[in-house]
Amino acid sequence: MDIQTLANEIPVEGEYALEGVDFISSGEQYLTFSLGLEQYAVNILAVEEIRSWEQPTHIPNAPMFVKGVINMRGVIVPIIDLRLKFGIGEAKYDKTTVVVVLTAQHLTKSRTMGFVVDAVSDVLNAQENDIKPAPAFGGSLAQHYIEGIVNVAENVVTLLDVTALQTIEKQSDNY
Amino acid sequence: MSIDLSQFIPTFLEECFEGIELMEASLLNLEQGDEETINSIFRAAHSIKGGAGTFGFNHVTEFTHLVETLLDEMRDGRRNIAHKDIEILLDSVDCMRLLIEAIRDDCSYDDSKVIVTSQLLTATLNNNSIDENIVEDTTKDNENTSNAIADDNLTHWSISFIPEHHLVQTGNDPLLLLNALAELGKVSVTANCNSIPSLVDLDATELYISWQITLITAAKKEDIAEIFEWVEDDCQLVISNEESIDKKPAEINLDIANEADELITEKPTIEAKTKVKPNVTNDSSLQKPKAESGSIRVGVDKVDSLINLVGELVITQSMLSELGNDFELSKVARLNSGLEQLLQNTKELQESVMRIRMLPISFAFNRFPRLIHDLSKKMGKEIELLISGEQTELDKSVMEQISDPLVHLVRNAVDHGIEATDVRITNGKPEKGTVSLDAYHQGGSIVIEIKDDGGGIDSNVILAKAIENGLVDESTSLSESQVYDLLFEPGFSTAKTLSDISGRGVGMDVVKRNIQSLGGRIQIESTLGVGSTFKVFLPLTLAILDGQLVKVGREVYIIPLITIVESLQTQEALINRTSGDMVLYRLREDNVPVIPIYKLFNIPAQNKAIKNSLLVVVEADGQKVGLMVDDLLAQQQVVVKSLNENYQQVEGVSGATILGDGSVAMILDVPSMINMALKLAKKQQQNNIVAEEVIH
Repeated sequence: MDIQTLANEIPVEGEYALEGVDFISSGEQYLTFSLGLEQYAVNILAVEEIRSWEQPTHIPNAPMFVKGVINMRGVIVPIIDLRLKFGIGEAKYDKTTVVVVLTAQHLTKSRTMGFVVDAVSDVLNAQENDIKPAPAFGGSLAQHYIEGIVNVAENVVTLLDVTALQTIEKQSDNY
Repeated sequence: MSIDLSQFIPTFLEECFEGIELMEASLLNLEQGDEETINSIFRAAHSIKGGAGTFGFNHVTEFTHLVETLLDEMRDGRRNIAHKDIEILLDSVDCMRLLIEAIRDDCSYDDSKVIVTSQLLTATLNNNSIDENIVEDTTKDNENTSNAIADDNLTHWSISFIPEHHLVQTGNDPLLLLNALAELGKVSVTANCNSIPSLVDLDATELYISWQITLITAAKKEDIAEIFEWVEDDCQLVISNEESIDKKPAEINLDIANEADELITEKPTIEAKTKVKPNVTNDSSLQKPKAESGSIRVGVDKVDSLINLVGELVITQSMLSELGNDFELSKVARLNSGLEQLLQNTKELQESVMRIRMLPISFAFNRFPRLIHDLSKKMGKEIELLISGEQTELDKSVMEQISDPLVHLVRNAVDHGIEATDVRITNGKPEKGTVSLDAYHQGGSIVIEIKDDGGGIDSNVILAKAIENGLVDESTSLSESQVYDLLFEPGFSTAKTLSDISGRGVGMDVVKRNIQSLGGRIQIESTLGVGSTFKVFLPLTLAILDGQLVKVGREVYIIPLITIVESLQTQEALINRTSGDMVLYRLREDNVPVIPIYKLFNIPAQNKAIKNSLLVVVEADGQKVGLMVDDLLAQQQVVVKSLNENYQQVEGVSGATILGDGSVAMILDVPSMINMALKLAKKQQQNNIVAEEVIH
């Protein structure tokens, strides 16, 4: 393939531009993903990488939603199945199942964890005033995980708080 | 051109700490007194002062300047090295450390100690012999004050102190004078600021304030005049006796009596401070926010050997890549030898890198001469400290965590171990007690010995105390070492009276826990009347351990090799089931409880029958258990990685490691697994009790 054909392959600006993404806007960007039929999003700056699913090493007596740990370039990273944690959808592992690895600050140190989701979909741009507080009644999801909700076309995307997601309740003694 | 100095500050601070340590160590040796030692102390102080000046830490510069001046006088032979001066200098070193630590941690410090010490330094400097006077004065004053209480002989002095404008330029600080007055009795001061000029005319180097002072004291006029001796020529001073208070209100009397008491107990001379000192070291060693030093000093030889090894590695790599460029089967032999070389190189590289983390244990031992010096003074016991094996190398992180438990053990040895001098003499022992510290390698671990030639541990006293505290039953018979182990039980203290040296702060249980968390253990040997030895066994490093890989179900676990007693295949005849589904395996004389890992960790296993299964017998805390596994795999060195970093502490697991194929394996924590098994059993027992109650 010569340089000319390569040059032709480069998309003209706007041609393939992601829907809903405005690269020069000042708002925050969020990575959206799906759990069952629902759409969620996390701040894109927290995303370390997106990996395909691999069987992790089991942690003894860990809660159901903690699937285990994997080796990510020499770092031990725990894997949490968000579908199990939130009780949404069905925890099945197939080709589209992905792990979103997120890093967030906890007081003085940062923590890296992988979260199993059904699929990642899009990057969403949300201005501060687009983000609405979630209604207090209804859903089974605990309020402290939710940063707010954003309307995208006809759908509603729930923004999640990464630090809250990474907080693990003390390991239970029930074994 | 301006250079950003802040990048050098960490280096400066490190040098300061080195300098301070050197000063402290040399000061302790100075008691014999030789020129070279004084010179080295002086040089250390001088470079700290210079550095602090460069970086603008003026308070450090000012303080160190005083120290330096005093040292300079000693160096030039203008001043005899008195015992008192050394104490003052030791205090100054403490203060300098306090100041530097405050800079490092960017936090505030307790400046009262610094002020007191700098006052003392100034006082010492102002007169070659003033130190004598101060002590005499204060003792005299105290006598006077105590006499005063007896004689009701307090006097109201009215002092008018109008300094010349240039007073401060002569190096005198009026505040110090006022403080000195306050030490004589009850002082009330009125400052007259009337002569302060407008800001335009104000010269910052001049002093415009004068003072009117009322002093209630038993001190004589000469004593008061003496305070002003150094400013006499630079001020107008009127000291007049207002009235002699013969009949004074009772409350004032009380007040003064209290104050006099304070004067006696807090005699602001050396004794007062030696009392403060051990507490300060206490606090700083126990409560200080742990600022793990982020850098280490490495010998050039270690770095050179690393560079050599990397050079070899590069050669091996280029050889292998050349081989891979056009590979054919005939070259397999060369490939194999190349790979072997690579293995050798990486192994050596790993060892060298580990060696960088190793520091001689003298880093931990260095604080003990000072500790012993202070302790022996405080306890009134003469103690000699013998240190050997200080070149033994230990992992830096182990060293950081072992230092506080060691301090506790040494304190214990001095406080509880060594007897009072008169007791020693009656027992026919040398008057001077000996505490010795030793470190050496033994097998794969490091042994640190803390030995004293004191009274030894009376196992009967411990047993009686333990029975009294309900730790053991009166009927149980315990071996000697089991009795000694009682010392490490929480809430156990045999100290008849709690002193502030030991019997406070961390207990022996914390010492044991700290040592265990490092993967070590502690052992006591003692002979009544002859002395005791505490032996601390520590692993060489925390970062790497030798492990036995085992398989349970689909999972691979690693059992630290150091805990393994033996591995065996069970024989049916030796399996016993007792007391409700507890399985014991007869291992020669012992009955070893069997813990199936799959049950403990709630995972599927291939083999659930105990018959003909593989048993890894491990030992922790003197308790042997058999861990049932599906398969024994290889033995290998593994690099320990923390689960805490991104997750949390997991019971039964001390960490994780990455195996050759890139997968993660858990490293088993044997003591914690035993705990889990105990909890599990307790839970079952409770369930049974509940079930029984339901039935009834």
